[in-house]
Amino acid sequence: MRDPLNPMVVGIKPSGIRKFFDIVSEMKDAISLGVGEPDFATPYHIRKEGIDSLEKARTHYTSNSGLMELRREICNYLDRRYDLKYEPAGEVLITVGGSEAIDLAIRAMVAPGEEVIIPQPSYVSYEPCVILTQGKPVIIDLKEENDFRLTGAELRAAITDKTKLLILPFPNNPTGAVMTREDLEEIAQICIEKDIVVVSDEIYSELTYDMEHVSIGSLPNMKERCIIINGFSKGHAMTGWRLGYACGPKNIIAQMTKIHQFAIMCAPTTSQYAAVDALKNSDDDVAMMRDSYNQRRRFVLHELRDMGLTCFEPYGAFYAFPCIKSTKMTSEEFATRLLEEEKVAIVPGTAFGDSGEGFMRISYAYSIEQLREALKRVRHFVERRRKELGE
Amino acid sequence: MSKELQILETIDKNARLSAKELAVMLGESEEAVAAKIAELEKQGVICGYTTQIDWDKTDKAQVMALIEVKVTPKMGKGFDEIAEKIYQMEEVEAVYLMSGAYDLTVMLKGTSLKNVAEFVSSKLSAMETVLSTATHFVLKKYKEHGVILVKPSEDERMLITP
Repeated sequence: MRDPLNPMVVGIKPSGIRKFFDIVSEMKDAISLGVGEPDFATPYHIRKEGIDSLEKARTHYTSNSGLMELRREICNYLDRRYDLKYEPAGEVLITVGGSEAIDLAIRAMVAPGEEVIIPQPSYVSYEPCVILTQGKPVIIDLKEENDFRLTGAELRAAITDKTKLLILPFPNNPTGAVMTREDLEEIAQICIEKDIVVVSDEIYSELTYDMEHVSIGSLPNMKERCIIINGFSKGHAMTGWRLGYACGPKNIIAQMTKIHQFAIMCAPTTSQYAAVDALKNSDDDVAMMRDSYNQRRRFVLHELRDMGLTCFEPYGAFYAFPCIKSTKMTSEEFATRLLEEEKVAIVPGTAFGDSGEGFMRISYAYSIEQLREALKRVRHFVERRRKELGE
Repeated sequence: MSKELQILETIDKNARLSAKELAVMLGESEEAVAAKIAELEKQGVICGYTTQIDWDKTDKAQVMALIEVKVTPKMGKGFDEIAEKIYQMEEVEAVYLMSGAYDLTVMLKGTSLKNVAEFVSSKLSAMETVLSTATHFVLKKYKEHGVILVKPSEDERMLITP
């Protein structure tokens, strides 16, 4: 039998997370700081809307673009929160999580050989999505000294005449980095000058601390060259509902909708009804969760620094990204030994790109009690390692 | 929200946080938080630190009753005098003045049904200004102080996700 597989797919290396997950799942009593989703359940009133929609037998397809009512609420919300102006008809597409929207945006725009700039460390799906379109991922290694923000100089250095897209993943998973308005203005200027489209993955936009999220799409002359990706998973604690969206210029959204129509048909109907309520009635819930994450963020940052690890202050998402180079271990060694010796699972920074080497992603979407116990074990581990090194 | 309210809301959910931990979580100095807590204790805003226990999961024999009480308010003293007489009694867990169809809610902790009945008939009803009582026994506690008692909160998330 001839090889049934597409060599391009076979060639994509499996996510580093997957590998680590396999090791962890064999350890039954391990505790984890490795989860990339909220510990909160979806607020009850949102769940209730989903339940009600089922009771009313709303069990059919919606339009390919998604419920008009939901698209309208998304436009209101984006305007209210981030000063983004979109039309519900034609400029919004409801997707199966933000991750589908990422895939669609890349597939709709990138032709074989075209280059897509991806700052890393960042979410695991951008690079494989680009490879699947036969585009060429161009990686920018973000620097700790810049607090893992993308600088204009780094962007300029990565641009060639084949550059088509820039993926802008902020607030960032795994680093927690946030771009300020000034940072974004510089990036926007370059994108306009070099005629580059921005795919801005803003799934963590609700989770910024002591500063407000700014969307690059709200800057002058940027709307026409931005696809804004967002969703309900993080801010509204709705990961399992699988619901996200993309907003952008009509011509791009139309082509994304075409792929979505053939591959997916429409996002889950129950989730869409629940999401209408999420946007109308959840400001207080979101604020409560944000305040709670902020407390834990400060706690984790303090503990990490107190045990002698350097860690820049993350202002977004729910991750801290401490540097473990002082332990003279690679991220993977650190993760593996920490798991074996202290039974704590933390994702190595390298799961998010080579530039994550020397760092660990610590999720603080856990209760203070869980964080306290897990960080106590990390501290033991780090102290033991110091003795081992004769420090 | 003021720092004071932030402190209160945080320890309302978890009284075991040390002043140091609270300070870190709220982005304050330990001294400032400790001083604020001492002040709140002195003012009686913080009036105690207790443990939340689901006694139904222990061997302890205990019944809870909610008693609706109608009383005649006293000239010049309103309901405070009768409320004081009731709240002085050790078995009384809580006393609230209510709007609506009756005046006082008395939460009572007893060791048995008989024991509660005894309290109501010989102590409470016997009080001069008490007009009537209606006693409701608690059959099952589902949720108390914001905590669901009937099912353990389990983390159902996978250990590692991107």
